[in-house]
Amino acid sequence: MMHMAYVVAAYAISAFAIGGLAAWILLDQKAQKRALRELEERGVRRRSARTEAAG
Amino acid sequence: MSETANLTARLTALANPTRFLALAGSLLPWLGGAAVLVLVVGLGMAFAAPEDYQQGITVRIMYIHVPFAWLAMFCYTLMAASALGTLVWRHPLADVALKAAAPIGAVFTALALVTGSIWGKPMWGTWWVWDARLTSVFVLFLMYLGIIALTRALDDQSRAARAAAILTLVGFINIPIIKFSVDWWNTLHQPASVFRLDGPTIHPSLLWPLLISAVGFTLLFLALHLMAMRAEIWRRRVSAMRRMSARAAEGKLAEGRAS
Repeated sequence: MMHMAYVVAAYAISAFAIGGLAAWILLDQKAQKRALRELEERGVRRRSARTEAAG
Repeated sequence: MSETANLTARLTALANPTRFLALAGSLLPWLGGAAVLVLVVGLGMAFAAPEDYQQGITVRIMYIHVPFAWLAMFCYTLMAASALGTLVWRHPLADVALKAAAPIGAVFTALALVTGSIWGKPMWGTWWVWDARLTSVFVLFLMYLGIIALTRALDDQSRAARAAAILTLVGFINIPIIKFSVDWWNTLHQPASVFRLDGPTIHPSLLWPLLISAVGFTLLFLALHLMAMRAEIWRRRVSAMRRMSARAAEGKLAEGRAS
């Protein structure tokens, strides 16, 4: 039964690390999207976006 | 249009970051959902599977340790293919794929090392030995850290992309070394027991949960990679737009001074 602690530790550390990784990627996505929105609201457009709009 | 031309046209269309973002956006909920579903089934089966007659309950660590180790190598192989995409075809998304994959690969490699160490203590009587398998995986972890640092060290994105691609390709030599280390050297780590020429040596009652868990973690990896790639494309757009905005402001300032 003592070996149960090793199994629990392995699963807990893995869940924590993968959860942290997923949260970091999600937060990064959100931050980039917000920065893009702010720039667009200020009227800044990418060159390709302006071409698409003109075409 | 011939088959090859058709395929090239389709790949070129996918190389457009805007199309890639839309495709990844529609694919992600399905990929994420499938990953969770397959992982629940795989790990559920893993805990319902019988214990190993020698290792007892600690064999449960195998259902996460082995997929993490496979993914550590799969991620690096994907990065090496992306490196070729950067150096040979100058594919616009290849560097994005490499840069986004590196931290995910580093986490899975670290987890393979940590879960292996936790499994080693009760089974081998030690947390760590410097045998060929453990050492070569540790070197893989260091390679990931080096690539992460390099992709973020240079301001010039195209120079950083080339440098990271070259380092990734040079480091790829480590992947066959990891795979065959248990055959080439006398290691404390056991030899391969799933991908063998003479077939798996694990009983099907333990093998199936392992394979299903591995598919689940691979789907999870692919979902995380697509998410990280989307974030990276957006980051590059943000920095390009900030540069444009700064240049426009400078131009206006110069005009104001001239008049």
